[in-house]
Amino acid sequence: MNPDVKIRVEGLTKLFFKKKVGVCALDRVSFEVKNGEFVSLIGPSGCGKTTLLRILAGLEEASAGTYELVRDDPNKPLQSMIFQERGVIPWMTVEENVAFGLRLRHAPKAEIKERTEYYLNKVGLWEFRRHYPSEISGGMKQRVSIARAFANDPEILFMDEPFAAIDEQNKFILQEELLSIWEETHKTVLFITHSIDEALLLSDRILLMSRQPGRIVREKTIDLPRPRRITAVRANPEMAEAFVDIWNHLQNAVRGSALERRDEWALEPI
Amino acid sequence: MDKDVAVAAKSLIAHEKPKREAPNRYRSLTLASPLLILLLWECLSRLSLIDARFFPPPSSIVAEFFRLVATGEIASHVAVSLYRIVGGFLLGVVPGIVIGLCIGMYRPIRFALYPLIMALMPIPTLALMPIIILVFGINDFSKMITIAGSVFFPVVINTAAGVRNIDPVFIDVAKNYGAKTKDYFFKIALPGAMPVMIEGIQMGQAIALLTIVAAEMIGANSGIGYLIWTDYKAFVLKGMYVGLVLISFFGYFFSLLLRWLEKKLVPWQR
Ligand SMILES: Nc1ncnc2c1ncn2[C@@H]1O[C@H](COP(=O)(O)OP(=O)(O)OP(=O)(O)O)[C@@H](O)[C@H]1O
Ligand SMILES: [Mg+2]
Repeated sequence: MNPDVKIRVEGLTKLFFKKKVGVCALDRVSFEVKNGEFVSLIGPSGCGKTTLLRILAGLEEASAGTYELVRDDPNKPLQSMIFQERGVIPWMTVEENVAFGLRLRHAPKAEIKERTEYYLNKVGLWEFRRHYPSEISGGMKQRVSIARAFANDPEILFMDEPFAAIDEQNKFILQEELLSIWEETHKTVLFITHSIDEALLLSDRILLMSRQPGRIVREKTIDLPRPRRITAVRANPEMAEAFVDIWNHLQNAVRGSALERRDEWALEPI
Repeated sequence: MDKDVAVAAKSLIAHEKPKREAPNRYRSLTLASPLLILLLWECLSRLSLIDARFFPPPSSIVAEFFRLVATGEIASHVAVSLYRIVGGFLLGVVPGIVIGLCIGMYRPIRFALYPLIMALMPIPTLALMPIIILVFGINDFSKMITIAGSVFFPVVINTAAGVRNIDPVFIDVAKNYGAKTKDYFFKIALPGAMPVMIEGIQMGQAIALLTIVAAEMIGANSGIGYLIWTDYKAFVLKGMYVGLVLISFFGYFFSLLLRWLEKKLVPWQR
């Protein structure tokens, strides 16, 4: 086995039971993520992306299959999740939210202060540190979520459509902020998105899922040099091609005719 | 174009102004209506249009109040009643909060206790007073127990409801960041339930006042309830009215105190 693997998922299956009717949310999902890799998951709505992330984050039990998150540094938390929405705790100030993970694991006071301040500045919320979430905008709340996860300094980050509910302009700014923070730390990231542009901009690799029951049907390596900028990604003809390809896949997946054209797709068998 | 905007802005201000002034105008109404009623009462009573034995003129009630203050009678009755109210209130509120949090957080405790509490709630604690007196004796403590018994129910039920109302995503966030039992209690359940809990405490406060008067009528030789009861029996209704006004005043005072406390404890709302 590759010693550089950080996340290993094998045959992960999840069944939900609603009133005695089983719903298969995930169907034998297998993949690996390398240490320091930024991997995106794209798939039609309801294909089980959130479910997959929740299982990996320890918030849900798998019905079958195994997964492993490899721990390298016993002093750091293994993983933190950035939730799809509403993850910022309303009764804590911006500052308390960012310090939440550090406080819960009783990090030294000086470290809490330093890391919280650093990431508050990083996401441009220093002036708003004493505000409550109800007093800031949706985009700012999502910044709080991101700062909280990075301040906690985990080895792996799970992000569930962190920018889905944000307007285009703010989304671009946040994506570039995320990139710049990530390039500093090179944490392993598993990132869910509906936006092909976002996946192309951020990822080293994109995993495409089928519609429900979710399986991983394709993957594509994005070997654009970093640091990347949105404009550069947009201008790149290869990326334009990749965009159309993923777009077609999603269209087919939504319509249900899974006419997968494997040949164009790279490469590593999983 | 610019002109239009300016006009629009102006009319906005014009619309906003009366809205801001309105509360002040209505506030004078709030003050005027009880004064008018008192004035009417005074006139009707003096003109013997209503029976002055049942409805002594307000001015004579005020005079009686000052007489009781001068003899020092009021001070001792008020002091002893306040002692019982505050003691009984705390005796009911503290377990109410603790048990309410447990019911909200743990399913087994909810199943074990919640139906029991719902079944016991309709029983008036006052009806149990004879037993309470038999067990604890005729003393301050038995009055506190009676008050605690009636304060407990709205607090426990509202606290449990407050916890159940917390968006489960915050529990997931806490879990993901490694929360321990104590963290769920103090960082999620308690602050999250606080707004609804305080409504319950407000109700409990009102019930405490209702209960103290009745409790002091049954087995006591001091307190505001005792004052009301003895004067009622002696047909000195002036003194009874003084007692009633005192109770009403304390009710108002306590609810202002709790509103103030709410602002301190729930700063994140609005
Ligand atoms: N707690 C649950 N109980 C029952 N069914 C569930 C539960 N959670 C998810 N599901 C079902 O599992 C399937 C996958 O849901 P999931 O939230 O993982 O999708 P998703 O890919 O994240 O969708 P979206 O892109 O819209 O966020 C859906 O059909 C959903 O109805
Ligand atoms: Mg989802």
